[in-house]
Amino acid sequence: MPRATEYVIVGAGPAGVIAAETLRGTDPEGTVVLLCGEDEPPYSRMAIPYLLTGGIGEDGTYLRHTDGHFQSLGIDLRIARAASVDPGKGEIRLEDGSSLPYDRLLIATGSHPARPPVPGMDLPGVESCWTMEDARRIADATKAGARVVLMGAGFIGCIVLEALAARGVDLSVVETEDRMLPRMMDDAGAAMIKRWCEGKGVRVLTSTAVESVMPAASGLQLSLSGGATLDADLVVCATGVTPNMAFLEGSGIETDRGIIVDDRLRTSRDGIFAAGDVAQGPDFSTGEKAIHAIQPTASEHGRIAALNMAGIDTPYRGSLALNVLNTLGLVSSSYGLWQGVKGGDRAVARDDDACRYLRLEFDGDVLVGALSLGLTQHVGVLRGLIQTKTPLGPWKDRLMHDPHLVMHAYLGRAQGAAVRARKV
Amino acid sequence: MQKSLLIDPAKCTSCLQCEMACSLEHTGAFNPARSRIKIFEFEHGAQAIPYTCTQCAEAWCLHACPVEALTRNPETGAVELNESTCVGCKVCTVACPFGTINYVPETGKVAKCDLCGGDPKCAEACPTDAIVYVDAGWTGYDRMRDWAVRTHAEPRT
Repeated sequence: MPRATEYVIVGAGPAGVIAAETLRGTDPEGTVVLLCGEDEPPYSRMAIPYLLTGGIGEDGTYLRHTDGHFQSLGIDLRIARAASVDPGKGEIRLEDGSSLPYDRLLIATGSHPARPPVPGMDLPGVESCWTMEDARRIADATKAGARVVLMGAGFIGCIVLEALAARGVDLSVVETEDRMLPRMMDDAGAAMIKRWCEGKGVRVLTSTAVESVMPAASGLQLSLSGGATLDADLVVCATGVTPNMAFLEGSGIETDRGIIVDDRLRTSRDGIFAAGDVAQGPDFSTGEKAIHAIQPTASEHGRIAALNMAGIDTPYRGSLALNVLNTLGLVSSSYGLWQGVKGGDRAVARDDDACRYLRLEFDGDVLVGALSLGLTQHVGVLRGLIQTKTPLGPWKDRLMHDPHLVMHAYLGRAQGAAVRARKV
Repeated sequence: MQKSLLIDPAKCTSCLQCEMACSLEHTGAFNPARSRIKIFEFEHGAQAIPYTCTQCAEAWCLHACPVEALTRNPETGAVELNESTCVGCKVCTVACPFGTINYVPETGKVAKCDLCGGDPKCAEACPTDAIVYVDAGWTGYDRMRDWAVRTHAEPRT
């Protein structure tokens, strides 16, 4: 009988945890070591903003809630960080100097906050909102009325914005680009979100760069492009994240912006796979390699990587860019190629006063992307229509006139309901 | 054998009794806007389609949840929300390709059909048997299952 396969997973975020559980289910003979880089039970970074709002306690961020979950599954969960990988020897070296052999290795190390090259970013009082430790420090520093400057109004910045606002702080947001959510929302939608936030008492400065952060008599002072200054008790930096892959230097594993993986989540070295925020894998919409640092991709990557690691050949159709956000009560979402495709058609319904917006992008009669603002019902069908590439036939014209008929179009086409497009 | 909701749109008269019963069961008030089963009307009401979650095997909502707030009830087969665990992040609402799990601003959480724990009030309230609760093998949810398979990011092995 062949010896049991030794699986090692580096990183205990959603991708790593789901991979470990999937491996236990598919190869019960194998051994599974799951390395967690922080001295906490595996938790969800996505849940941290809800910890800051007070909606949950720390245990509410945990990925799994059953006591002894990992132990009972036979997953060897350890607190350790990888220092290097030697694919020739089939082992990884840990930061404590020890090493660990593997037959199959999954790199699911996620990403870390990137700070812009601005003087003063290393001062006390400048924080990222990424780890549980960060959350504890931010909670301590954000009593009601505290002056807080948030750098970055991208997707993560806007989630953090929601949490900070809920703490009752005096909040300013500074974004270098000309709109909020530049990678998730178009000009029209972003303008509505900005106006909405301003209406809720948040100062939003777009097309504005922070040029320096300096200690001040009380707290910190930020100098902005254009010459203005902002005083702050706390600066929260949410200006993007970078994959955690520095430890792979010298391993020969091909990287670009992330670790390059194929449609089986394999890296360029035998027996080594990557998943989640650190992986640059097939993009469903473009066929190119992209990093989609989102929960659904982490979960799909983790599962498919594990199946392939266990020898069950499982191709991946690619990740779909999907985001959903709540900015102070205004819900927005984006799907796939929301910027549209060359030669495609666009359908738009907007009500600026009500902050309601729906933009659909078609390639021929197939939906390829969408944006929505102020919609919470049945938004998932947008994903469904995109991912199944359902030909909309006569419904496309209906949608061009009224994008809000998307649920009817879905029922008519995808569910094969015998309904006529012309007579809704 | 597990049971499922079998929906026959041809029998639906759009009376909305199902929406009333669902909202009463889950919110304590008659409020169709909060119903987890929805009637979609076509041809100005000449045709209506009741629509809700099929408790699909793929369960995108469950897999996309970052905090394990969605779990499958082994008795009924329904994917159920643990409301106290849900943080309201809404990732499940964009992950579900059927659009059958939705954010509820009033609660700050999501909501979906839970088959009322095995006694679905929509089926009980439906006067025309457009919605019945029957053995799972009978439901003819094949079209939705096809959809599920085509949407599946993780092909079956």
